[in-house]
Formats: sequence, structure tokens, C-alpha cells
Amino acid sequence: MTIIDTRTPHRKSFIAGATGDWEIIIGMEVHAQVTSESKLFSGSSTEFGRPANSNVSFVDAAMPGMLPVINEECVRQAVRTGLGLKAQINKRSIFDRKNYFYPDLPQGYQISQYLDPIVGEGRVLLDMGEETIEIGIERLHLEQDAGKSIHDQHPNMSFVDLNRSGVALMEIVSKPDLRSADEAKAYLSKLRTILRYLGTCDGNMEQGSMRADVNVSVRRPGGAFGTRCEIKNVNSVRFAGQAIEYEARRQIDILEDGGTIDQETRLFDPKLGETRSMRSKEEAHDYRYFPDPDLLPLEFDDAFIAKLAEGLPELPDEKKARFIAEYGVTAYDAMVLTLDRAGADFYEAMAKGRDGKLAANWFINEFSARLNKEGMDVTQSPVSAEQLGGIVDLIGKGDISGKIGKDLFEIVWAEGGDPAEIVEARGMKQVTDLGAIETVVDEIIAANPDQVAKVKDKPSMIGWFVGQVMKASGGKANPQAVNEILKSKLGI
Amino acid sequence: MTELTRLSLAAARKGLDDKAFSAVELTEAYLGAIAAANPKLNAYVAVTDDQAREMAAASDERLAAGKGGPLEGIPLGIKDLFGTKGSHTQAGSHILDGFKPEYESTVTANLWRDGAVMLGKLNMDEFAMGSSNETSYYGPVINPWRGEGSNLDLVPGGSSGGSAAAVSAWLCAGATATDTGGSIRQPAAFTGTVGIKPTYGRCSRWGVVAFASSLDQAGPIARTVEDAALLMTSMSGFDPKDSTSADLAVPDFAAAVERGVKGLVIGVPREYRMDGMPEEIEALWRQGLEWLRAEGATVRDISLPHTKYALPAYYIVAPAEASSNLARYDGVKYGLRVSGKDITDMYELTRAAGFGREVKRRVMIGTYVLSAGYYDAYYVRAQKVRTLIKRDFEAVFADGVDAILTPATPSAAFGVGDEDMKADPVKMYLNDVFTVTVNMAGLPGIAVPAGKDASGLPLGLQLIGKPFDEETLFAAGRVIERSAGIDFSPKVWW
Repeated sequence: MTIIDTRTPHRKSFIAGATGDWEIIIGMEVHAQVTSESKLFSGSSTEFGRPANSNVSFVDAAMPGMLPVINEECVRQAVRTGLGLKAQINKRSIFDRKNYFYPDLPQGYQISQYLDPIVGEGRVLLDMGEETIEIGIERLHLEQDAGKSIHDQHPNMSFVDLNRSGVALMEIVSKPDLRSADEAKAYLSKLRTILRYLGTCDGNMEQGSMRADVNVSVRRPGGAFGTRCEIKNVNSVRFAGQAIEYEARRQIDILEDGGTIDQETRLFDPKLGETRSMRSKEEAHDYRYFPDPDLLPLEFDDAFIAKLAEGLPELPDEKKARFIAEYGVTAYDAMVLTLDRAGADFYEAMAKGRDGKLAANWFINEFSARLNKEGMDVTQSPVSAEQLGGIVDLIGKGDISGKIGKDLFEIVWAEGGDPAEIVEARGMKQVTDLGAIETVVDEIIAANPDQVAKVKDKPSMIGWFVGQVMKASGGKANPQAVNEILKSKLGI
Repeated sequence: MTELTRLSLAAARKGLDDKAFSAVELTEAYLGAIAAANPKLNAYVAVTDDQAREMAAASDERLAAGKGGPLEGIPLGIKDLFGTKGSHTQAGSHILDGFKPEYESTVTANLWRDGAVMLGKLNMDEFAMGSSNETSYYGPVINPWRGEGSNLDLVPGGSSGGSAAAVSAWLCAGATATDTGGSIRQPAAFTGTVGIKPTYGRCSRWGVVAFASSLDQAGPIARTVEDAALLMTSMSGFDPKDSTSADLAVPDFAAAVERGVKGLVIGVPREYRMDGMPEEIEALWRQGLEWLRAEGATVRDISLPHTKYALPAYYIVAPAEASSNLARYDGVKYGLRVSGKDITDMYELTRAAGFGREVKRRVMIGTYVLSAGYYDAYYVRAQKVRTLIKRDFEAVFADGVDAILTPATPSAAFGVGDEDMKADPVKMYLNDVFTVTVNMAGLPGIAVPAGKDASGLPLGLQLIGKPFDEETLFAAGRVIERSAGIDFSPKVWW
């Protein structure tokens, strides 16, 4: 395979070495567990957290004479994912056997796809600050997961749990288009967002339903590709960043000392923050891939794809563009708002018919921040979109200030209720009665002759007067009105 | 009681309907015959007498209620390759020691659905790898046939040697068998029985221990063409649990048996006329063509140009698939385990002790031909050859040929422990020279006993048919059977 460099070397992602700048080249293989009721080739449940060996059929345990039968829902999920990655869908693909011995691999081979995967080339767009970059997808294929070996239950034996054995995985292979740890992290996050939008993988890296093998090499900017090392089974976005930074530095140090990089498989140790060698190229398995004779080629027609395309949800990139156009939010806000589908839906429900920008500010700065603090996601929120929209309405109308809005939000969060009624019942309404404000302003001016003298020379001191008036009104005075009255009374 | 065991399956079934005897009596007759003969013939590796008696009693109840199935009360032997729930299933191997599955293969389940009774599990070459039944962990099966005036033990052929011997020696009314390169047809030819390998996909492979998945196909061995047709009707059918199973209706094969061959075009492939082929085989082949012609068939010379590549290509594809299929026998989950100092040691000790020489040889060949750097030169090319072989047949069938007649084997049964074959495994592999093409092309093929060699041993002819046209094979096979008019009963010496 010829690797085509699609990126222009960019100074800001270079790493400085003792002998000059270096550029990191990263490609990823992400294993994403397919969201499905049953396994790829058997009817066993995929439910997580069941007692060991309770989701195991004769097929999963590789009993003699057992045969795999493809689960059509897994095929649909792979095609949906391919469509979400704007990728080529292959109407004919082949399942191959990848042969190796391991106790948690009961068949002695993994059924995977090798030369003819179900999904071909596609792309993922990443927002990197001002810039949007495109990362190429090489392929996506379906394969079986292995079981789990457990080594801590017996002094000299290992146990095997086959609950995961045969669960469907999508292996999503990127092109070597990533150029920094930040880009790699953004790629993983974006991929996870897309998968979650599609509902084809839950993206829970801590549960292992999404994990990444990260290929890292370094080179002189714009030079020939270097020898790569593969860091296996990285299970968080943060670890991926750390592993890449450590690994790039390790390779640069070796090269600058006149050494060469050995192509090898490495493991990342999150405790030490470093990668270490797992096996060299010489120790690599010969997997003896060949087409699985128990399965026919996987074939479907255009109508099958079209039907799935029709049922596809709006994806983050499209949603983001629409939010910018419809709600007038900034590109950054739109990106944040569309990070997950439930959040975007929530935002949209609260922003409909309101000031989209104000709604976005409230959603991002108050609402999301509060959810994060509580470790909740949007579906667990005690505040509904309607309630949050109600708060935004009150601020928009000038009934309450932003500051009172925050207090109101806390009340609604803790006690529930209709925001407008709460404001009414608790007398939180902003004072817009100019006469009442004037009275307070007059009192403040009369009580502070020194400050009045100073403000004539230094008009920015008006802020101090505003503060005093707001304090005296219990925060309820309309700040804009306060400002105007102060200006006219102070003659500035 | 032994008289009952001499009845054909069809006659026995009629006898049950006529209440001439009961299913329990029929089963007892067979169990008695097995007890007497098996120490000498070694055809059964496990006799399931209790189950047989229970099934027979249940059959009698259904017969009495007028609810007898097509095979009600018929005692059958089952090749040890078929998974049979709760009973011995070891594929003739040490590595599956003690294995009794919790499931029933689709083919045997179909037979029990139709009322058949299981007598036990039949000996076979280990994992169906062999042509003499000498690779079985349970020792060789002895052919019920002996050369005239000879006491020499002969092989029954393989890998379904137990099935063929048991049918021939009246130790079951019929048997299941499997055929990957000739494992039904060659032993049938060696024992004077009828064996058919159906079209790939006709019988489900679910629950049958796999040897080479793209070639394996179950089929019956029986004493007559009609009996084979009756068994096949029950064994066949679409199975959603086998992705390679054909979603086609199953014809009443027995109804096709007396259809005759009038108007059929029978092809005679010139490439099957091998150098050094014994004259008696040649003569038998000519005789078979005469019989078919006499009944109204037209005989036509045809060419299948890629025939000579079939055997070498087969010995790449079959071991390749086998090396992968047999990876699951690792001592971890079931069967034999020989403990070692670590997992790799355990694997090595278990597989070294659990597999016999022939299985090891094929696993090594298969591993080699799939290895990086050799895959394209061996496996990929062998698959291309396979496509060419298939096209050879397609061209001939498209040209109007209905079936092809060939010898079933290059010789009659040979001696147990034959020194020539022991010294050179390829000599053993040559037994399959007329049969492997059929597996490579996925076609149906039937072996029918047609004559005897100079020492009185049975010889068979093979008919090859179009995909899913087993009916023509039964019809033409019956013409040969009838025209030959030979009683293929071995002289009892056991």
C-alpha cells in the first residue's frame, strides 16, 4: 500500500529536538463494539456485566460442528457507521479467519475481514481552533471480539470468561493523517461523537467498548515516513494523548542519538505515563488469513443501503452548520452544542423561538457546567429544556438580570417549578420602575460626595455607582436603566 | 432373528407396517448382530443399546397409533463425526476423549424426526482423514469382504469405513457417512454398498465435526439404491443454522429410483482413463456404459481437462481448512488435556498426544500452505484450479450431458497395513483420484456396486450429476444395480 501524505507540514505541530524540528505521524485503529442485542455470529446476549460465562452459546464456545450465522443487525450497524463516515459501502465483502492460539479465543481463529471489508474509504472532519481538518478513513471491517482471561482467581491456573467471545466489533482504520497528540485526541472524540449519534457504538472507553491502537512514527518535517510503533489497546482519549507524546519523544531521542526505530508493538502504562515493548516484528504472529469457508460472501444491494441512509440521524457536522445558520451561534458554540446528540436536542428544544445566542450561553456556561460538576449527563438533568428556556425568556424580556437568572436557575435545579411563577412569587422581578431607581440613585449620590467629585474626571468610575445601586436594590434594578439614570444625574 | 437384519431398509419398513415384526424386535436383531460381529470388524466405537431400545419402543407406539414416520423403527448406525446429544462423539480421535455434546446434529435430528433408531456410533478415520480407516484412534475397521480363498484382513476404505462395513455386514439397516474427497463413495465401492455424496449444501453441516468446511458433505451408505434414496430424503433440507446450506425443497428421492435412463446423455470423461488402470476396472466401466445404453441412454465422450490438477489442489485446500478447523482442539474447553508448565506447553503436549500421524501431517501441510509468502503460491492457486474444475463440469452439463460415469476407485479393497501405502502417503491419497473432483466442484456423486474383481471383491462405478440433480443419479444408479444383478453379500467369516 502506498501511503499518500494528505497534510501540509505545519510549524505549530512540530516538536523541537536537539538537532532540529520533528513531525509526528499518527494513524489509528479504533475497535468499537457494535451496539446490538446479540453477538456477530450467534444468538447470545451482549449484555455487559453478567456473571462470567452466562452469555455463551455452543457457537461462542466453539463446540465441534458449530457454525457461524451472520447477525444482520450488526451488518446494518456497520453500514450505518460507514454512511456516517461518508465512506464507500462495499456491497460485497468477505469474512476471513485470522488464526492464532489463545485460551480466550475458543475457535483458534477470529472471524474478521481482511482483503474485502464491508466499508472502504471515508473521512472525519476535526475542528482544530479556527481550522477544520480532514482525516481520511482507510476502512471499516466487522470482526469478533475474544473472551477474557482472568489470572487472579487461582494460584497456578487462569480462568476464561467467554461472555465477550463473539461480540461484534467494528475496526475503524484511519489513514496516517494525524500530526499531533491534540489532533489524535480530537479524532478519537469526534469518532466517538459520530458513533454515539448513529447509535452504533456506545463509545464507553472505560468499559472497553471503544479502544484504540495508535500507530506513531516521527520524521523531519515533510520528509519520508519513519518506522512506526503500534501502541495497543489505549482505553481513554487522555491516555492516547499521553502515549503519543511519550512515544514521539522516545523515538526522537533514539534517532537523534544516531539510533534506528524497531518496528514493534508497545503497551502504554498509564501509571508511569510511558510505553514499553510488547513484541517485536520478528515475534509477530503469522495469522494465516483465508476466507472463512463456513460463511458465504456478505452481499446486499443498493436498496438495503438506501433504506439505512434514509433512517440516519442528522450528524454532528450537519447539525453544527444548521445551528450556526438557524440560531446565529458562533462556530465554537455550535461545536460544543453538538458534542452529543441528547445535548443538541436539549439545546434545540430550549432555543426554539428564542434568542439562540442567549440560549447557547446559558446552555454552555450555566447548564452544562452544572451538569459536569454533578457528573451528570443531559438526560439526567433535573431541569427541563422548557424550564431553562423559561429562564432565558425572563432574561430576554428584561424581567430579571443575568445575575438573578443564575439564582433562579439554582432554585429551579433544586426545587423545580415554573421559572416565571417563581420570579413572581418570590419578588425577584427586576425593578424597571424608573422613579424607584431614581430615588436610590439620588440617595447614593447624596451619600458619596467624594466619589461624585472623582467620577467627573474619571468616567469609568461609574461602575462603582452601578454596583452601589444594584446592592441597594437587592440586585433587582435593571442595570441598563441604572446606568442611564446615573449618567444623566452625574452629568457624564 | 438374524433374518431380520438381512432385509433391505425398504423391506424392513414395510414389514413394520405389516406388523410382521416389531421395531423392538428389529432393533434387538441388529444389537445381537453387532454384539457378535463387532469384536472382529470393529465397525462400532460405541453401541447405544439403551437408547436404541427406548427409541424402538417409541417407534412401536407410533406405528401402533398409525403415526409412523418414513423411517419409523429403522435401526441406523451413525458415523462418529455427527454430534449426537449425550452420546460418544469423538470423530475417531483421542483428542475428543469423553466428549458428549449437548446438541444433536441437524442431519441426525432429521432422521430421528422421521422415526429412525440409533444403534450407535461408527468407526472412521480420525477427523475423516484417510482412505482405509486405519487412522482411527480406535483401530482399523475390518472389511467384511475377503478375497476368495484368502484370510487376509482388508480395509473397508475410508473415512466412512465403519459405516460401509456395518451396512455391508448387516450391522445396521443403513448408515450416515460424510464425504470430503471420497469418504462415502470409496468405502461404498470397497464393500459392495451404495453411497451417495449429495450436492454441497443439500445436507446441513451443523453439528457435524468439521474437516474441510467447503468440501464436507453428509450422505447415506445403504445396501440398495432405493434405501440410499429413502435415507437421503430424510437427511436433506435447508438449515438456517448452516450459512452454506441450500434453501431448496427436498424431492422425494425414492420416487426417482425407477425412473430409468431413457433419453439421458451419459458423459465418459477421457481424462479418467488413467495410465496403468487395471483392465478389470476398464472392463467394468465399459460394461456400465453398455447397461445404460441398453436402457435407452446415449453415451458421449467428453473432456474435463483440469482433472489432473484436482488431487494436488484438493490436498492444499482440504488441509488448509482442516488446520484452522482443528485449532479448537487445544485442551482448554473439552476433550483431552495434557497439562504442561505453561499454556503453550499444554497446547503442544495435548495436540501431540491427541492427534494421530495423518491428522498432524495434514495440519502441518495446511499451516504451511496458508503461511505468509506461500499463501498465493498454494492456497490462492488451488482455489483457481478449483474454479477451473468447476467450469469443466459446467461446460459439459451446459452441452447436454445429464450425468457422467466413471470408476469409483482405481482398485478393489487392499490389505490392512499395506506396506506400499504406509511408506508413501501419496499412494493412499490416490484412492481419491476419481472422487475428489466431485467435492472440488460441489457436485453430487453416487457409488454403486457393479462387479467384482478376479478375487471376488466388489468394485463400484461412480455417477456424477448436475448440482441438486441427485434424482438422475438414483435413477441411473438403479439401472446399474439392476443390470449387474449381483448379490453383494459378503461371506460371513466373523
